[in-house]
Formats: sequence, structure tokens, C-alpha cells
Amino acid sequence: MFLINCPYCGEREQAEFSCGGEAHIVRPKNPPELTDDQWSEYLFMRKNIKGIQFERWNHSNGCRRWFNVARNTATDEILKIYNMGEKPPNISGDALDTPSGEPEIGSGNISTTYTKK
Amino acid sequence: MHKKPIKYSVFSLFKNALSYHENWQPVWRSPAPKTEYDAIIIGGGGHGLTTAYYLAKNHGLTKIAVVEKGWIGLGNTGRNTTIIRSNYLWDQSARLYDHALKLWEGMSQELNFNVMFSQRGVMNVAHNLHDVRELKRRWHANRLNDIDCEWLNTKQVKEFCPIINTSPNIRYPVLGATLQRRAGTARHDAVAWGYARGADAMGVDIIQNCEVTGINVQNGNVTGIETTKGRINSNRIGVVAAGHSSVIANMVGIRLPIESRPLQALVSEPVKPILDTVVMSNTIHAYVSQSDKGELVIGAGTDGYTSYTQRGGFNIVEDTIMAVVELFPLFSRMKMLRHWGGIVDICPDASPIISKTHIKGLYFNCGWGTGGFKATPGSGWVFAHTIANDQPHILNAPFNINRFSSGELVDEHGAAAVAH
Ligand SMILES: Cc1cc2nc3c(=O)[nH]c(=O)nc-3n(C[C@H](O)[C@H](O)[C@H](O)COP(=O)(O)OP(=O)(O)OC[C@H]3O[C@@H](n4cnc5c(N)ncnc54)[C@H](O)[C@@H]3O)c2cc1C
Ligand SMILES: [Zn+2]
Repeated sequence: MFLINCPYCGEREQAEFSCGGEAHIVRPKNPPELTDDQWSEYLFMRKNIKGIQFERWNHSNGCRRWFNVARNTATDEILKIYNMGEKPPNISGDALDTPSGEPEIGSGNISTTYTKK
Repeated sequence: MHKKPIKYSVFSLFKNALSYHENWQPVWRSPAPKTEYDAIIIGGGGHGLTTAYYLAKNHGLTKIAVVEKGWIGLGNTGRNTTIIRSNYLWDQSARLYDHALKLWEGMSQELNFNVMFSQRGVMNVAHNLHDVRELKRRWHANRLNDIDCEWLNTKQVKEFCPIINTSPNIRYPVLGATLQRRAGTARHDAVAWGYARGADAMGVDIIQNCEVTGINVQNGNVTGIETTKGRINSNRIGVVAAGHSSVIANMVGIRLPIESRPLQALVSEPVKPILDTVVMSNTIHAYVSQSDKGELVIGAGTDGYTSYTQRGGFNIVEDTIMAVVELFPLFSRMKMLRHWGGIVDICPDASPIISKTHIKGLYFNCGWGTGGFKATPGSGWVFAHTIANDQPHILNAPFNINRFSSGELVDEHGAAAVAH
């Protein structure tokens, strides 16, 4: 569980929100022309990143508005919250070595190769 | 080559008792990786270990490595609630899971390792008219597929499981249940250890604390892996990394329809035997059984977002406990001892992917999500076949990655009750 700072209501428990999955997936402009593979790509295929992921959240048990979140899925740390329609932010200092650069505390999924930075 | 493991029996137990059980020997080696193998399996969970075991046993491959970033069985294999059943709705799943269930039935004998497989039955409880219809539909589908399944009315549910609350006045009354008597539970660690021991005895190298960091591909053929213990070559690589499947797929630009999410479970303090079956409910999302140690083993739902942290939200645990306590009011004062999470690889149709890829020699076995423990032996069996022959076994052919383009999904969401 973590806290999310709703741009409209302020900081609330994650349980008040629903995650809308990977952000910046654009609905195809020319649906009738799409091949099955292109549909599959749009509908199903996901980056499912371990590290910094851009995703959509909705404050479903609050103001019910949508916004984008940049979150480190290896630690659940939220790095930035930005508006729908905005470009994904450039996050510097992404020192995280995925696949398994989890911190020693706060994760049961510690790699044997992790060295503290 | 190396010493054969001793056979476990009442005599070996007696003999070791004489030396206060201080002389038991390690049952698999910890070899350094060779430079090359006939096949490499990435991921030392149950599915990876069974794949290696059946590659050696059914297909005669001898130079096989299982590469595990941590310790074998410490992923979802060692974190799940161990429910084993095969009462799935669709023909493809019914065949796949029932084949696995049959392997469970002979596993302890085959491995000479007690996996404590206990066919104590699994009840899937209905709480409203929709549940009744769905579960009856599944009951009929199961019978058509030659899978044992019974329908119990409320009175029969109470007879089969006397401690369940069948009062008509609870928020979600028990209106009936399906029962698969061949279903049950097993000891998860023992499954990993038993297959590791069996695979090791056939010469499989189990390489722990070795993380795969890259996959080498040349002209569309896989040639090996990069690991924290150096490069290892092979032109056959099977990826069985559960929650981390996308991380490995991303190394070679393979697209997967998977989202990795935390799934939590918890166990109570141990008490005397009180629950001799497995009870699952889809609607109120609870499933509970009692381990041989006496702990209640309770599974929760997944958190609604991607995460690799192996811990989830407390609200999820709370919801589950509320549901369990409504069905079993006598558990209300029990103390919970431990609680943990695993990262499950969820597919859009809640069915696995056991498939070739567009890279020759690279195979994926993933997407088992919240319900792959029950499939452990069968998954390895068909995946070994796929790797050895470069084509799927008849049982896993429907579970190829192309189904997400062709539309031939095996939609087990909801249809298969709580997906565990
Ligand atoms: C709380 C919970 C309850 C569950 N309950 C049930 C249930 O009741 N019944 C049921 O049938 N299923 C259940 N499941 C699902 C089941 O646990 C899994 O589907 C199954 O165990 C997956 O087995 P596996 O061998 O594929 O994965 P794992 O055991 O997770 O093995 C994957 C391995 O790959 C390794 N790995 C990952 N990345 C790398 C890398 N880069 N290099 C090397 N190694 C790597 C990991 O360390 C891990 O050991 C549950 C899961 C959870 C979390
Ligand atoms: Zn809000």
C-alpha cells in the first residue's frame, strides 16, 4: 500500500484509486485498416516494466478524475504525477539497474547482485 | 559422474535416527556453470525444475542447466496456497490441468520424495443465482470432459464441511457448491526440492544465485545467455520466470500481454484439525484450507496495479479476512502469524502462454498468474516436449502466443472460479 497525491484532492491512500494500466497507448486512428497483429499489439501487449513505468490512475473513490503517474514498480515509489495528455516526464537519476535493482529495504525480491549505490 | 542420491525409506529414516539426523547429505549439487549446454532453463521455480526433469527423463537430454537468480522455489512456487484442481471450464484448460492432476497422483512415488499431496477435495461455493448458474455450467462441462465434479446443495455443503456457516441470513448465503474430490493440496517446497533432486540425479546442473541479465541472439537464433556468473551458451533456452517474464522478454524485444501484480497470502497460528477440505469462493473472494501443521492457509486477491515489490495493500488482506470470517465465524478470534506476497504474471484471458517465439530456440512458459502451482508437473511435461521437438505438445498447442492475434483466447476469467 502506498499514498497517491491526487492533483485535485491531495494525498490519499492507494485503495481510493484504480489503476488504468500503461499510459500513452494511443487508440489507432484507422481501425478498419489494422492487421490482427496491430490490434493485438494495441489491445494486449504491455511493457510491464520493472523500474520506472508511466501509468494512468483514476481517483475512483474520490473526485473520479484521471491523471498520469510515473512510478517505480520495483519499489512502488511515485516519482511524478502529471496531467492526462501531457508527455511523459524525463526522469533523471534513474539509477535503478533492472532487472533486479531493488533496494534492500521494502522489497522481498532482493537480487543477490545488488550493490548499494 | 556424481553420487546417486540415497533412496528415502523407513530404513534410511531409522538409520539416520541413530545419528540424531545429523548425517543427511545435500540432495543436489551446486555446480559452477559449464560454458555450454544442450538446453538452459531460466527460472528455478517448480515449472522450471519440472521442465528440466522431463527434458532429461522423457527426451534424453543430458546437458541441461537451470539458472535461478535466487534460491530454487523461492518465487511463487514457495509462496502460493497450494490448491490443486482441474475443474476448469474450457476443453483446452480441462485437458491441460487434468493431465497435471494425474501426474500429481503419482508424484511422491515417482520422485521418492514425499510431496504431501492430499486429495481432500476442493469446494467452490455459490452465493447468488449467477454463481449457481456459472458453477452448474462448469459442473456439466467438467463431466463432459471426464473430470470428476459434483454439485452439492446447501445441506450437502454443510454435511461435507460442518463448520461452514450456511445460515440464510448472512450477506452472501451459501446456495450450493461444486466439489472436485480428486482436488486438494500439496507441500510446495517439497515439489521444488523433489524435482530438483530428481533432475540433479539425471545430471541437470542447478545453478542458484545466478541472475540472467541478457539473452544473446544471432540471425534470429538464440545462442546463449549473459548471467552474473558469466556467459553460458546454448541454442535452446526456455524462460520460466513467472512474474519476471516480461523483464526477460524485454531483453530481446519480445512483446508479452502480461502484467505483473502482487498476490498475497497469510497463515494463522496452528490449531487442531478443523477443516479437512479446501473451500473457495469467487464472489466474496476467499479461499482457505488447513495445512498439516494446523495453520489456516488463506489466499487474498491481487492488487490492482503492476508491482514487483512482493508486498501488497492491507485493504486486500482485510477484504479476504472479512469474507473468511463470514463463512467461518469460528475463525474470528484466530491470530494470523505470517503474511507475504508473490508477483504473479497475469494474462488477459487468465490462461498461460507455453509457446515458441519468433526467435528460434527461445521458448516462453509464463502467464500462469494466480493459478499455476496446480499445473507444475504438467507444465514442465509439455514445455519439455516443446523445447525438445521445437513444436508444442498437443496439450499446449492452444496456449501459444499467437492466440492474442488470432483471437482464439482461452478465456478462463470468472469461468474457472477464483483463479487459483
Ligand atoms: C499468494 C499466492 C497464492 C497462490 N495460490 C495458488 C494456488 O492456490 N494454486 C495454484 O495453482 N497456484 C497458486 N498461485 C500461483 C502459483 O504460485 C504460480 O503460478 C506458480 O507457482 C508459478 O511457478 P513458476 O515456477 O512458474 O514460478 P516461480 O516459482 O516464481 O519461479 C520463477 C523463478 O524465476 C526466477 N527468475 C526471475 N528472473 C530471473 C532472472 N533474470 N534470472 C534467473 N532467474 C530468474 C525467480 O527467482 C523464480 O525463482 C499462487 C501465487 C501466489 C503468489
Ligand atoms: Zn481526487
